[in-house]
Amino acid sequence: MRILIRNLGELCITAGLVMLLFVTYELWGTGRYTRQQQDVLNKELLKSWQAPNVTTEKVKLGKGLAMIRIPRFGPKYRFVIIEGVDLADLRKGPGHYPGSALPGEVGNFVVSGHRTTYSAPFNRAGELRAGDKILIDTRQKQYVYEVTGKRIVKPSAVEVTAPVPLKPKDKPTKPMITLTTCHPKYSAAQRLIIFGELTGELPRRA
Amino acid sequence: MYAWIWRHLPGQWQAKTAIAAALILAAAAVLWYVVFPWLEPKIQFDRGVINTPSSSATDRR
Repeated sequence: MRILIRNLGELCITAGLVMLLFVTYELWGTGRYTRQQQDVLNKELLKSWQAPNVTTEKVKLGKGLAMIRIPRFGPKYRFVIIEGVDLADLRKGPGHYPGSALPGEVGNFVVSGHRTTYSAPFNRAGELRAGDKILIDTRQKQYVYEVTGKRIVKPSAVEVTAPVPLKPKDKPTKPMITLTTCHPKYSAAQRLIIFGELTGELPRRA
Repeated sequence: MYAWIWRHLPGQWQAKTAIAAALILAAAAVLWYVVFPWLEPKIQFDRGVINTPSSSATDRR
């Protein structure tokens, strides 16, 4: 009996240590993976931008599409946006919903990203205020979007990804951006949505 | 359990300590590189996508 209890205690302590290690993995180990992938994608993207322009440029799923910068999150804040929003895509960085508008295009450019784990690209999305800039670099242009609002919705609220957010039946007339991430932090119960619209475009700086 | 393992490790206490440390490191490595990457997508407490596109997700990968 005593041996049984001792073994049980040892198992509980071991399980606790394994869980601590798992938390470390979630918070730190996953971010390391994202940084590695971002480095690779960043190089690929810059290389493809230097290559001569092709008329029918189509980004493959899982590849880099554009670069996102958000000045409020500091000058070093920069992520390659991946085409696709699968689990595997979002592990590499924020992902563009295939089928939604491209940067600068009339319609809704929808990007989803992790709020925690995997480098947490949208960790501080809740701090964004109306008027904050979201810069999207593409091959030729840097598109300047400005935040117009935010909202917390249910995970099933597909209307926020419509060409005109929240008005699924309307025809889009201007280029907009929508960022989606989870809410609250460390949970998947709701989604935090940031809306924005295009206010300007500049030639891309290197 | 751990006492039993300790008794069955060969050598003096120095050797036992070294082997025990190696075993712990090996177990941690297996967890970190094999078990956790497998487990993590199944837990998914952080999912930012609207209306998880699970149908398209499965046929692509």
